[in-house]
Amino acid sequence: MAERAGATVELREVTKRYGDTVAVDRLSFTVPAGRICVLVGPSGCGKTTSLRMVNRLIEPSSGEILIDGQNVLADDPTQLRRRIGYVIQQTGLFPHQTVAENIATVPRLLGWPKERIQARVDELMKLIGLDPERMRRRYPAQLSGGERQRVGVARAMAAEPPLMLMDEPFAAVDPIVRERLQNEFLRLQRAQGITVIFVTHDIDEAIKLGDRVAVMRLGHLVQYAPPAELLAHPADDFVAQFVGSDRGLKRLSLLTVGGVELAPVDRAKLDGAPVLPSSMSLRDALAVMLSSEAQEAPVMDGDRYLGALSLQQIGRILRVDEPA
Amino acid sequence: MTALGDLVRWLSDPANWQGSHGIPVRVLEHIELSGFSVLVALVIAMPIALYLGHTGRAGFIAINVANIGRALPSLALLAFGLVIAISLGLGLGFWPTVFALVPLAIPPIVTNAYVAIREVDRDIVEAARGMGLSEGQILRSIEIPLGLPVILSGIRTAAVNVVATATLGALVAGGALGRFIVDGLALQEYDQLMAGALLVALLAVATEVSFGALERATVPAGMRVVR
Ligand SMILES: Nc1ncnc2c1ncn2[C@@H]1O[C@H](COP(=O)(O)OP(=O)(O)O)[C@@H](O)[C@H]1O
Ligand SMILES: [Mg+2]
Repeated sequence: MAERAGATVELREVTKRYGDTVAVDRLSFTVPAGRICVLVGPSGCGKTTSLRMVNRLIEPSSGEILIDGQNVLADDPTQLRRRIGYVIQQTGLFPHQTVAENIATVPRLLGWPKERIQARVDELMKLIGLDPERMRRRYPAQLSGGERQRVGVARAMAAEPPLMLMDEPFAAVDPIVRERLQNEFLRLQRAQGITVIFVTHDIDEAIKLGDRVAVMRLGHLVQYAPPAELLAHPADDFVAQFVGSDRGLKRLSLLTVGGVELAPVDRAKLDGAPVLPSSMSLRDALAVMLSSEAQEAPVMDGDRYLGALSLQQIGRILRVDEPA
Repeated sequence: MTALGDLVRWLSDPANWQGSHGIPVRVLEHIELSGFSVLVALVIAMPIALYLGHTGRAGFIAINVANIGRALPSLALLAFGLVIAISLGLGLGFWPTVFALVPLAIPPIVTNAYVAIREVDRDIVEAARGMGLSEGQILRSIEIPLGLPVILSGIRTAAVNVVATATLGALVAGGALGRFIVDGLALQEYDQLMAGALLVALLAVATEVSFGALERATVPAGMRVVR
């Protein structure tokens, strides 16, 4: 499925000044190919500005942005943007164009032949769970919020860009739809192998979607780390506070039962305790064990018994990341 | 009642429907004069207004030019047009009137087109730009289609004003429906005067109605649909 690998993106000392205000201050980080980097931080910390410098909707005051080693400033901006997917919060779908026309925007700009465009539109509509026959000719106003957001993502992916920029794409939908969209998006992103820079102010979304999370504050990068590390070792009080006092619990949701050291307890002694599949998150396991009042529970990989997980064990994992 | 009777009699007299001074010829002259003036105004005003709207420049001027337009006295414009036409050797009648009507038509066209483009949702425009549409493509395929009804309503205002004011052309020896009014007044033929006034009013209303229909027809599909 992934015909093209994602691009590597590198920001070097990127700064944006507006008069005396510094919106983004010497921002440097690298996003490996095919990974999702989430920019997170409170409102006004410079996330959108950083994102829009990558596709040159904003020109940096200084610093360099490299995509696969090539400086974005070397290219004509419109040509550059046609190779980079872009999704914004209100989707920015064209209200006077149908779903199919919206999705076809960039392929049309690139002059793809008609048949190829139509095939790609159908493929994407199926991927995002919209029946092409029924939905192709609908207008954005005839879609639900979730459907519009899906079309926005499909439109950004249409020309198989190696990089996508997403600015709070799921912020305007309700939590249940958001969760579904996040899962779908992860599936799509993994399948297509696209590199993604994703902006959100929601730390839970950052932890869920990010391979790397960049925490920003007042235009600075405060910490750049995989989510588990962010939760385990917040760089300072600001990050610790931002990830939340329940960061231990959040970290549990990133770890699976099969991934921790289990006690070699006799399986027979665990009769009556709930069975935990090895792929279950520690957070879910904790909930199951607390609600069934089990001190220990057997962990199974299919039919194979792996060992016992105890509440004490979970407690130890939680304590590892007490602030120093 | 006699006035109305006179009017009806004048209008139903076949002699008034024939020849180069008849009603059909005068109506056609009026449409030609008005249409040409609006067209010239469009050619001058539309590119400027679209450019300003797209870039967001000179907003204050673009919006307030309409008020300036309303303040310009038509007779003064006509006098002005006459001077220009004569100095260019274009004679009386058609050209002085055109020179008077064009400045009248420009302001509503500029203001509406400017506002129409500015009012297109900035998120939509930014999304378009972010996907790699050029500025010209954004204007052509996003801003103009979405702003078209408002753009047309400016042209409608201009056209209705022009149709009504084109009557003045008769003062500088032009043709069109103003002929009936000016001649009726000079000759104290009030039936002719009233018929002229009625025909101008009807033409103005017809202009208004047909532009209104056009505006409704150009609301982009997708903006019209109801869930
Ligand atoms: N065009 C601009 N002119 C002046 N200041 C701006 C402009 N755009 C953004 N800023 C400022 O830059 C900072 C970062 O903005 P932004 O990147 O939009 O933040 P975020 O997306 O994290 O909420 C804010 O303080 C904002 O006020
Ligand atoms: Mg923002």
